[in-house]
Amino acid sequence: MGLKEFIVEVVLTNKAKARDPTGETIQRDLLAKKGYDRVSNVRSGQYLKITLKAEQQETAKDIVERMCNELRIFNPVTQDLHILNVTEQS
Amino acid sequence: MTIKVAVIQFPGSNCDLDTLHVLNNVMGIKAELVWHNEFNGGDYDSAVLPGGFSFGDYLRSGIIAAHSPAIGYARQMLEDNKPIIGICNGFQILTEAQLLPGALLKNDSLKFICKWVNIRVENNQTAFTNSMEKGSILDIPIAHGEGRYFTDNLNELKENDQIVFTYVDKSGNATEVANPNGSLENIAGVCNIERNCLGLMPHPERASEEILSPMGTTHGKLFFDSMINFIKRGGN
Repeated sequence: MGLKEFIVEVVLTNKAKARDPTGETIQRDLLAKKGYDRVSNVRSGQYLKITLKAEQQETAKDIVERMCNELRIFNPVTQDLHILNVTEQS
Repeated sequence: MTIKVAVIQFPGSNCDLDTLHVLNNVMGIKAELVWHNEFNGGDYDSAVLPGGFSFGDYLRSGIIAAHSPAIGYARQMLEDNKPIIGICNGFQILTEAQLLPGALLKNDSLKFICKWVNIRVENNQTAFTNSMEKGSILDIPIAHGEGRYFTDNLNELKENDQIVFTYVDKSGNATEVANPNGSLENIAGVCNIERNCLGLMPHPERASEEILSPMGTTHGKLFFDSMINFIKRGGN
């Protein structure tokens, strides 16, 4: 079976118990001050868009998860890893 | 005995020359700069991971450098009880390499902070603090954007007495105001369980000569004095 190209979108965020001053500043010093007081919380993160070859969608996701764990692309002490989307390139 | 220390350079290290200068000219020991890809432990008695912005701090401070082969050799040195200190970015590298517990996050002010602070010695039984008095207060500068110490295992750190320094005010109180970056429990530096690896955000190499200190103190020298003691005593 030939390899297909996939895009895996990954987001890294600080764990809930690790403060996120970037998100706090956006919420407190920008949104709240400009009248968006309905916004109670903002959390920031890092976004990675990874293009890779794999047999199928599930494999692409597994490889990215493994890679992120093995090479500490995310730091498990402070961060959570979320896979947002896996899409096949046409 | 001749003590030989390696100062490991990564692309983006920028406190390497200051550290080299202090080791060679202030402490009077033999120190050499070694490029990270060429470092193999060699016949060095100790190694310093200096401050800076290794690999541009991309992804997270220290993470790329933590994958350098130099870190494998550093791990081996620690197993042979050869002491290693990580200063600032070096501390970030050691935590990312999991040679030290915890992680360094963005300062809670989101600002790069460069100023003299006070730290209190919490553990003077390490390779880099044995010539200090427990509870004494040191003058030392910090210069970092990502120095907020965090661990999800604080109890273990305390049980093992791995907190080596905390940020304090002039009177020695670990207050919120004295905490420059939002570090958990004002933690400024930690060691491994074996006590031969220390990481801290403040810069001892910038506090080792009277001319550099607004207080005229040279508390940074105590780190390197301790290291020399540790090596001369054969690793204890």
